[in-house]
Amino acid sequence: MAEEGSKRKKGKPKKEKYPMPEQDPKERIKNFEEVPLGYDVEIAILEAQRCIDCKPKENKLLCRDGCPVEVDIPGFLMKLADGDLDGAIKVIKEKNNLPAVCGRVCPYEGQCEGYCTLGKKGEPVGIGRLERFVADYEREKGFTRPDKIEQSGKKVAVVGSGPAGLTAAADLAKMGHGVTVFEALHTPGGVLVYGIPEFRLPKKIVAAEVDFIRALGVEIKTDMVVGMTITVDELQDDYDAIFIGTGAGLPRWMGIPGENLNGVYSANEFLTRINLMRAYKFPDCDTPITMGKRVATIGGGNVAMDSARNALRLGAKESYIIYRRSETEMPARIEEVEHAKEEGVKFELLTVPVRYIGDENGWVKQMECLRMELGEPDDSGRRRPVPIEGSEFIIEIDTVVVAIGQSPNPLVPSTTEGLETTKWGTIVVDDDGATSRKGVFAGGDIATGAATVILAMGAGKKAAKAIDKYLRD
Amino acid sequence: MYEILKKRDLTLDTKLFEISAPLIANKAKPGQFIIFRLDEDGERVPLTIAKADKEKGTITIVFQEVGKSTTQLGTLGEGDTLLNLVGPLGRPADIEKLGTVVCIGGGVGIACVFPEIGAMKEAGNEVISIIGARNESLLLFEEEIDEISDEFYITTDDGSKGHHGFVSDVLKRLIDEGRKIDLVMAVGPIIMMKVVSDLTKQYGLKTIVSLNPIMVDGTGMCGSCRVEVGGETKFACVDGPEFDAHQVDFNMLMSRNRRHTKEEDLSMKDYKEHCRCG
Repeated sequence: MAEEGSKRKKGKPKKEKYPMPEQDPKERIKNFEEVPLGYDVEIAILEAQRCIDCKPKENKLLCRDGCPVEVDIPGFLMKLADGDLDGAIKVIKEKNNLPAVCGRVCPYEGQCEGYCTLGKKGEPVGIGRLERFVADYEREKGFTRPDKIEQSGKKVAVVGSGPAGLTAAADLAKMGHGVTVFEALHTPGGVLVYGIPEFRLPKKIVAAEVDFIRALGVEIKTDMVVGMTITVDELQDDYDAIFIGTGAGLPRWMGIPGENLNGVYSANEFLTRINLMRAYKFPDCDTPITMGKRVATIGGGNVAMDSARNALRLGAKESYIIYRRSETEMPARIEEVEHAKEEGVKFELLTVPVRYIGDENGWVKQMECLRMELGEPDDSGRRRPVPIEGSEFIIEIDTVVVAIGQSPNPLVPSTTEGLETTKWGTIVVDDDGATSRKGVFAGGDIATGAATVILAMGAGKKAAKAIDKYLRD
Repeated sequence: MYEILKKRDLTLDTKLFEISAPLIANKAKPGQFIIFRLDEDGERVPLTIAKADKEKGTITIVFQEVGKSTTQLGTLGEGDTLLNLVGPLGRPADIEKLGTVVCIGGGVGIACVFPEIGAMKEAGNEVISIIGARNESLLLFEEEIDEISDEFYITTDDGSKGHHGFVSDVLKRLIDEGRKIDLVMAVGPIIMMKVVSDLTKQYGLKTIVSLNPIMVDGTGMCGSCRVEVGGETKFACVDGPEFDAHQVDFNMLMSRNRRHTKEEDLSMKDYKEHCRCG
């Protein structure tokens, strides 16, 4: 709601979003810098002023209903519209501990922005861009140290420092509990650091948000593989409750001939080498990535787009997306598909690889594919791709990235007795994130299967509330 | 930070470090490995745990300086620290009382098979150890292995010590002598493991090898370390590193381990130019 003395302009709001400047596609494929450059303060305020602060009506969902972490979106937009940047970030951070991350990687179009009233006749308010703007403003200015929180004396162990774990940890710390996060890798952030590319989410931004969570009193222990270095049973001896957010870190394969040839990567390996290990700085950084000139990425999700775009930046002359359905069915965000197209990624749609062919040294050199057509809808409601008989053809390639999805990481479930799992390997949880073991909660991809950063954060938030209740009862 | 408490030069290019790592030492079992990272720009490198001392809270690793990271690791001394050390990783070796077990180590693999010799002996087996290297100066842990083994054989490629030839020659002789052997465990260069495996396969003699593919995370996340075992894709980091030798596709492992050769050479060259170490 606009406060008295508002500087907001009256009249009909502009139909389109104020454009956000981006790096030119020709330039950006030569670097790993962020693609969108962000709003400046004047444009951000003008964009926030497009919000008409519509009143909630019964049976009508609005922006905040679309936010998995329940950010008071109109609240922050009104502050920003009035030029109160500090007020705006304060409103966001009441609910969201990773705003600079969410402002970059959330699928806003299906969430907050998808419910925006302005979206009915024009473009919705650029909520994602504005969240990014205020989060960046605060980070550049320096975080305000959180107020001292009264301690409950209870201890919680959080397993995994991805979006679910970090959110649960931050919320639990804000509730006054002593939180220790156990991370298997050497850097906290989970998929935010190993999966999402630098040009979409700079690692220094993740590091800054993690520092903020540390400032809330959360301790993060890296190099701790729960299940190997320490077990959930041992953690339960020392902690009053446990949250498991170990994600979907198990690559899926198609099981076709030639998948183990040299030059065939899982998207996890390809992206981990580039993002977490910074292979794009090789040999200044020690981890190499062997890249060819003609790269095929199999899959149509965001991970596939990330891989195909990384390939161009690493010197590929041709970077193909090979997807078995048509563009309409692609699970990737439209923005990611557009960015990939602008950068020159080529789309071979309605196409599926059936085998990879190697050279005499065991390196992939060709891929045999089949063309597909769309048949009846399947369980997902999308039209099922059906192979066209006799449509086999060969594509010359020297690098393949398999990005057809991830399964839950089995390390914790397989080393923890009495933790019920589904046949897909996800941990069974109730609505509050409670597992079959008392005092053990779970959320994010390990409970749902591979989904989005923000849904994992939503699950972390919900579990934190349930853990707080469990600890206080 | 993980402090190096003891350093020993075992051969010209093979070094032993005892490192403070109480949590890892507490859990480590024979056959498992660690991953280390030297500094902020470092890669993640797996090494087998040669010894773990729960009381002292230390683990011992033995490594040969073959690439940039292991060469740089070798420049560290007592009191220096590693930025990251994670483990124990991988499935422990299956240690049980079987009867007679032949434990074979080749080159730096001698250090990897060393804890299994001790564990197999402790489990009540008769243990025959065969260790081999290119020459005498490259042999490791001779006295220690001799002490705990029921029988002990040395082979060198050049004949400078023990049998002039390969570890597989001694194994073949034992088999030909009609010795009852219940299990063979072999750790060493891929070619050595393949030769041992081809030999024992002819006699239907169960053989376990420990594979050393290129890894990144070491927790089953990336699949860099995939190997084919019995026609199925396995991740050595979580499904292994030990597998039934007769099911392993050694040729694929050799090929996959060569996939960054060019980059590894470049990295080494770059390192030598920058550190001026020679």
